[in-house]
Amino acid sequence: MTAYPTFRPVADRAVLVEFGTEIAAEIHGQVLRLDRLLTQSPPLGMAEAVPAYANLLVTFDPLVTDHTTMIAALHDRLDGPDLPANPPRHHDLGVCYDPDLGSDLVTVAEQTGLSVDAVVNAHIAAEYSVYLYGFAPGYAYLAGTPPSLQLPRKPAAIRDIPAGRVIIAGPQCIVTTLKMPTGWWILGACPTRILRDDPARPFLFDVGDTVRFHRISRAAYDADGAR
Amino acid sequence: MRCDLKVSFAGPMVSLQDAGRPGLMRFGVPQSGPMDRRSLAIANTALGNLPQATGIEISLGGLQLECVAGAVSFAVAGGGFQVRLADRSLGPWTVATITEGQRLTIRPGKWGSWAMLAFAGDLQGQSWLGSRATHSQSGLGGGLLQTGAVVTIANGDTRAAREGDLTPFDRPAPKAALRVVMGPQDRFFDAAPQDSFLGSPFTLTEAYDRMGVRLSGAKLPVNAALDMASEPILRGSVQVAGDGVATVLLADHQTTGGYPKIATLIAPDLDTLVQRRSGDTVTFVAISPEQAIRAARLAHDHLTAYLDDLAKPRASLAERLMQSNLISGVTSGE
Repeated sequence: MTAYPTFRPVADRAVLVEFGTEIAAEIHGQVLRLDRLLTQSPPLGMAEAVPAYANLLVTFDPLVTDHTTMIAALHDRLDGPDLPANPPRHHDLGVCYDPDLGSDLVTVAEQTGLSVDAVVNAHIAAEYSVYLYGFAPGYAYLAGTPPSLQLPRKPAAIRDIPAGRVIIAGPQCIVTTLKMPTGWWILGACPTRILRDDPARPFLFDVGDTVRFHRISRAAYDADGAR
Repeated sequence: MRCDLKVSFAGPMVSLQDAGRPGLMRFGVPQSGPMDRRSLAIANTALGNLPQATGIEISLGGLQLECVAGAVSFAVAGGGFQVRLADRSLGPWTVATITEGQRLTIRPGKWGSWAMLAFAGDLQGQSWLGSRATHSQSGLGGGLLQTGAVVTIANGDTRAAREGDLTPFDRPAPKAALRVVMGPQDRFFDAAPQDSFLGSPFTLTEAYDRMGVRLSGAKLPVNAALDMASEPILRGSVQVAGDGVATVLLADHQTTGGYPKIATLIAPDLDTLVQRRSGDTVTFVAISPEQAIRAARLAHDHLTAYLDDLAKPRASLAERLMQSNLISGVTSGE
């Protein structure tokens, strides 16, 4: 058995800190704790910290530091006092579940044995938490899709899915930000932009934030800047 | 002086690039920036610019610009491209000045996949998150150059003292192995695929763009049922998909992925890899993390020395040479 955390040197410029292998709140909590400690007190030469589900990548400038020094600094932060977490921000996002926007809604209902309304109700009943950004700019991976809606991704990705689609796979949910391929299931469309034009706050979520969805009408979706 | 350059032809994947946007991987944003970062620094330094000023990255598709107003000095570096200005052939790494009515054509030459074109002035372009580097999948940032567009250089300058061909930075021997540090998920591969990765040649396939390059060669089977939670990716990761095929992730890589990474290239050797072309063959050699740090520092010193020399205007270089000749003339007489 591996004793966590582990520290794996990566190339000439990073260390991967692993707290486990699973998608689990307790493990992700340890990722966020180290992320906080590094934000508060970045080791000399650190370039950036990238939190994911069960691990955190710490990149550094090899002209300033090295793997051994960085790993010692990471141990030092982990062994030090905890920092109070900022209370997570909460976001309520409207979603239009009309079938032309939520093009997989009917299929998801068939595959889960639920009615279309029950799929929508299960999706809006859950609370989601922002675990990480990945894949593409602004793609925030939300965990919290209820077990009754959890489906494996499609066997092949579908091209050119527009921005603003609400998609699910397994326990995860994403509001897309760019036209991209996806093999996830499309439930609806959200008029709120995650990738914003605001230079002061270009991304709506921080990792650790919580999200809930509520149903909006087509008229409200269209009025709110449909894309 | 303002200088306008009409894009009379741009191939695919010709884009504006600068240092990129580091520090945003936590928001899903890769750094982007030039595929060959060394060459942007060289082209800019040869003009007396800051090393990471915005330039144009030219793919094998090539680029033709026509100066429709003003004049500006420019530099080309990276790869062995064919550079023609008006009806004159220039060296592949060169500084020259384009004036109204002239055409500049940059096309693939004997080697290399990417050339960087820099200007003595401020290349105008859309900025996104503090950088004009183009993120190719979204087109955010300065963007891809399209035939018919006009590129504007604000505060364009002509720098006659800097004109002339450049001595290219050492081109690594074509057969030199690319240096990797194994991992971070090498444990998902048995000894046999690890040996094949290090012991056999891989060919760059046609699936080569700013996101990555797929390799063909020995299959690298993964030894465990793959159900990895997505984790952060570093530029240079050698990611192996379920079919045992390796892809090296490059400038516009996705920031997380669920496939294991057998090894990761060190940064200086990435600039070398990207200049290879589809069909070219590469090999990999494993070094320790300590050796990787030493290699990165040596590569930095080597490039810095080259850039320091390049930063000196030619005229003063000639003067210094004359001076040193005079001195050696005196000393050799003793």
